[in-house]
Amino acid sequence: MEDIKLMKGNEVLAYAAIRCGADGYFGYPITPQSEVLETLTELRPWETTGMVVLQAESEVAAINMVYGGASAGKRVLVSTSSPGLSLMCEGLSYLAGAELPCVVIDVSRGGPGLGTIQASQADYFQVVKGGGHGDYHTPVLAPNSVQEMNDFVDLAFDLAFKYLNPVVILADGVIGQMMEKVHLSPQKPRRTEEQIRQECPWAALGKGSRTQRNIITSCYIDPETMEHHNHKLQAKYDQMVREEVRYEAMETADAEYILVAYGASSRICAKVVEDARRDGLKVGLIRPITLFPFPSAPIREAAAHAKGFLSVELSMGQMIEDVQLAVGNASIPVRHFGRTGGIIHSPREVYTALKQFMTETGGL
Amino acid sequence: MADTTQFEVAETEANLVYSRPRLLLDTTMHYCPGCSHGTVHKLVAEAIDELGAEDKAIGITPVGCAAFLYNYIDIDWVQASHGRAPSVATAMKRLCPDKLVFTYQGDGDLAAIGTAEAIHAANRGDNIAIIFINNAIYGMTGGQMAPTTLLGMKTATTPQGRDADLNGYPFKVANVLSLLDGVTYVTRQSVNTPANVRKAKKAIKKAFDNSINNRGLSFVEIVATCNSGWKMSPIAANHWMEENMHAAYPLGDLKDLTGDK
Repeated sequence: MEDIKLMKGNEVLAYAAIRCGADGYFGYPITPQSEVLETLTELRPWETTGMVVLQAESEVAAINMVYGGASAGKRVLVSTSSPGLSLMCEGLSYLAGAELPCVVIDVSRGGPGLGTIQASQADYFQVVKGGGHGDYHTPVLAPNSVQEMNDFVDLAFDLAFKYLNPVVILADGVIGQMMEKVHLSPQKPRRTEEQIRQECPWAALGKGSRTQRNIITSCYIDPETMEHHNHKLQAKYDQMVREEVRYEAMETADAEYILVAYGASSRICAKVVEDARRDGLKVGLIRPITLFPFPSAPIREAAAHAKGFLSVELSMGQMIEDVQLAVGNASIPVRHFGRTGGIIHSPREVYTALKQFMTETGGL
Repeated sequence: MADTTQFEVAETEANLVYSRPRLLLDTTMHYCPGCSHGTVHKLVAEAIDELGAEDKAIGITPVGCAAFLYNYIDIDWVQASHGRAPSVATAMKRLCPDKLVFTYQGDGDLAAIGTAEAIHAANRGDNIAIIFINNAIYGMTGGQMAPTTLLGMKTATTPQGRDADLNGYPFKVANVLSLLDGVTYVTRQSVNTPANVRKAKKAIKKAFDNSINNRGLSFVEIVATCNSGWKMSPIAANHWMEENMHAAYPLGDLKDLTGDK
């Protein structure tokens, strides 16, 4: 029987975590995502699936708890919001360096500094470009609906274990707080220790019947060994770029102007495309679902017939740099439009900005 | 030339009085001669073996001199970021409650950058053991002041000696942790004499047994030498430790509720 509910995005993350067979959640309260931990403690999964839920003393502790659980091959996750993610960046670097699978959810809010508790997309640089030290990347999934908040948790775990790498779900306060209809996933069983030992022969679970000990580390003091490790990691990131790009294209086939937007902004931009098409304007939308790897190819293809790109973000313009790189042609203008402070741009003001851009670049 | 064959003695079970612990790998250690780490590593290896916990032991290593502990003992290991070993151990033990989970941390790792993680793991009563090496100095980075550095003690960052007005006081971590309800066993040991080595081993074994049997958090502080950091010979460092460190950090149990759990 289908399990359809009307629910907040943050609450759905909690349900999705339990139902995808997660072994542990570690978190620290921070607005606007505290409902994840609250919902989990309300649902008490330790009494049903055996999933561990623990409130840590800080985001620093939480991400290192995730590091501990991931070291044992467990399916573990953490959720936070922007200032909390800043604190977790060291941990993310260690997780990537030690090749540990886990899911990190950032329901982002405005900054810099203490900023605002309102929704924002200003974590793009921090999340997509690394955040922590060293040469590493994490796949980044950007949901734009409550349904995708459900679906991406399991997908993120699949990617995390496929690549032995942290995977970030970059949502925003809008998607976390808004209520929508959602089809909840069926309950998957948690893996037994025997299954984990089989699927994750690298896991530090105690030697058991193994003769060789397992060591989880990101430390390579010998220069050649360190460089070799960097090349090994890079090969995974290259594979992600080849195999994991996900995006949605709307009305792009003949589009002269392309909006590029993810998360909450992409919902607003979909409305702008509808309005523009009704007015006879050739406008399309490319919505990156993965921010790393970035959907550069469809943007480059659209650039063959486009007169301009408008990167619409709830920030001062961060993703626009990846759009410019993807377009790769300085003669095609790429512009940014966005609001900050927790102000969500209306379809009307995006449309106005688009028409202004079109007028200035010969499209109107 | 003297005939040396008369000195060859066959090794048998009857005449074998000492050997390298089974779980201590035959690997040259990176530690300076005279450092206490080697002795404590040996005790950790012996304790795990004697508890029959080789198959279920998971150790969490710190950042600092003991970062490479995983090269020396034949069990599963996880290398943590600086100070965060107790958080790593917390999750590991909660997700694998039948394992022996312990951290091995120095005074910079545990008592400076990782104070919050150590205190909160202790306060939650997580069923882990913490082996804490207190040598009153940062060894790996070249002898800077640690929170446990004694007043008046000269280090690379207290060249005139630690001044309480400037740097505060030696941090008595074991005393602080013993106040927390989640903590079962707190003891302070040293490995300066054969008798103390035996006592330290007993303490480590008890702490590990508490973790295996989920009896709350156990904390074993080892007051240790860092003769390179202290710029002393190994023997002089041992004497200096006995005179000064043991006065500031008296040896013995601070708390033991093992029997009540």
